[in-house]
Amino acid sequence: MSGSLPIAALSRLAWRNLWRNYRRTLIMLLAIALGVWAMIFMTALMRGMVDQMVEDGIRSLPGHVQVHHPLYRDDPSIENSMREPGEAFTAAMNSPVVTGWTARLRVPAMISSERENRGLMLLGVDPDGEIAVGFETDTIVEGRWLESVDDPGIVVGKKMLERLETGLGKRVVLMSQDPDNEIADRGFRIIGVFEGTLAAQEEAYVYAGRATVQGMLNADGEVSEIAVAGHDYRDVGKLEKLVKEATEGLDVEVRTWKELDSYLEAMLGVMDGFVLVWIVVIFLALSFGLVNTLMMAIFERIREIGLMQALGMKPSAILYQILLESLFLLALGLLLGNVLAVASVYPIRDGVDLSVVAEGMEMFGASAMLYPALKSDDMILANTVVIVLGILTSLIPAWHASRYRPVEAIAKT
Amino acid sequence: MAEIKCKDLSKIYQQGESEVRALDHLSLEIEPGSFLCLSGPSGSGKTTLLNVIGGLDTPDSGEISIDGLRVDQMNKGDLADLRLRHIGFVFQAYNLIPVLSARENVEFVMQVQGVPARERRKKAMDILHEVDLDGMENRRPAELSGGQQQRVAVARAIVSRPKLVLADEPTANLDSASAEQLMDLFRELNEHHGVTFLISTHDERVMRYARRLIRMQDGRIIGDEPQAGSAG
Repeated sequence: MSGSLPIAALSRLAWRNLWRNYRRTLIMLLAIALGVWAMIFMTALMRGMVDQMVEDGIRSLPGHVQVHHPLYRDDPSIENSMREPGEAFTAAMNSPVVTGWTARLRVPAMISSERENRGLMLLGVDPDGEIAVGFETDTIVEGRWLESVDDPGIVVGKKMLERLETGLGKRVVLMSQDPDNEIADRGFRIIGVFEGTLAAQEEAYVYAGRATVQGMLNADGEVSEIAVAGHDYRDVGKLEKLVKEATEGLDVEVRTWKELDSYLEAMLGVMDGFVLVWIVVIFLALSFGLVNTLMMAIFERIREIGLMQALGMKPSAILYQILLESLFLLALGLLLGNVLAVASVYPIRDGVDLSVVAEGMEMFGASAMLYPALKSDDMILANTVVIVLGILTSLIPAWHASRYRPVEAIAKT
Repeated sequence: MAEIKCKDLSKIYQQGESEVRALDHLSLEIEPGSFLCLSGPSGSGKTTLLNVIGGLDTPDSGEISIDGLRVDQMNKGDLADLRLRHIGFVFQAYNLIPVLSARENVEFVMQVQGVPARERRKKAMDILHEVDLDGMENRRPAELSGGQQQRVAVARAIVSRPKLVLADEPTANLDSASAEQLMDLFRELNEHHGVTFLISTHDERVMRYARRLIRMQDGRIIGDEPQAGSAG
């Protein structure tokens, strides 16, 4: 018993000493709470922005895992297509890790109205399959979505419509190349207009029925890619494994979205690093106040520290008591900061409209609507950094206090 | 009870460019159960002698032993243990921890010693009764008079039955009545519990209580007289 620290006595002392100068303690508490709030709240906004960027990017086409002809990524032409998936693949996609999948014919094409023409990607799709991997039909702002793989109409982006100076119900011509390198073209009526989360999407793609496009290109039964979606874009390992097993023996390659869109993956990595840097920088700013508060508290109690040493408290116990004081202060600040952060994120959980700066946001792939993402990992990180670095920072004044010589400390008035 | 032996103690402080000899080759033996006063003008070395005996300061040379234990050779941890278990301190002022109540101040040393809660609470209440502070146990130092604070300090100093109590000018901030009450208490503890008391003082009334009076000047003992030690 004599060798161990009197935790209860020190805890009581630490707690009561914290409130001896309650104004100073409250100011420091507020500083810690605001710092923690900033850490978590800003991280939630930034994380939400990146999450949205990634999810929009994945949803717009790639899905979480894609299957292609091995040469397709280097040359996305009709020559590098593969056969439509068979029953075995379809059966494998009934797994609980799969939320949806679809097969597309995707080729570069030219679209022409009576006034203008533009290059884009022609997507021959299964309308229901596209919805299963994330296409949202409420993005159709005029007309309708495709009804089947045989639908004769096309769905064009709003921006593309403006570029072509045409409108819903008008006819346009789509032209591409068939597997024999012959020009394949056909007239289509615009039956729907979609509005993408990014304006660039509206100019990049046109949707048509898969069978219709296969017919136009003399590529019956051929598809360019199979897109598979899972539950969490951050965890695609199981999905990738499933798709690889389902395509074993076939001359195809299976890639996750991270491999297909390195920009998005890089954004996630940058975000993770940025969160840690942001948290540490805020803490560094806080730490000066924390050290100052503790040093002031100790300076005012030098004689008392001497008294405790005279009563038989060892230097380690003095150090421990100061650290406990710091721990209580940090814990209270963390509690308050976490509550503030959750309380400020909750009201904006349905999104913040940033359309005033929409163009700037689109430049790096973010949409105008910002949805905060309060992740438990980020909260745990922020709390851990504050506690661990806070205690480490407090070692300086605590060590200083424990090193006082009793006779000198008692002599202070 | 503690037997104290000081042999050829010296302690020098630097004050600017000059040296101050707080203790100058001082030797002293104190029998167990003594009730002894140190007197002398300011700067005579009384407080320094108490501090080195109590392990709050270390002599530059010489030896100190308490019941055969060499205090001058102990490390910080051992000195802390010595003070915790065998020595009680009563200072002139600022004796108590301000954020603890009277009872908690008395219990504090026992808590550090590891005494179980129920036992230390009982001992604390008993000793507060002994020093005539019934009903004051929940008051904080700021709510007590100077005399009451000193009595709480005494209670804390003796609650663990130390061998030795070192009191540095314990009555300096007290009125006559309180000072007398305090010294009566010291005498009673010495006579009934055999605690060795070593008290530094300027106060003639306090000196009259001592059974041995040591006069100091310039770090040396200039007088060492037995006394009747009658109460004031």
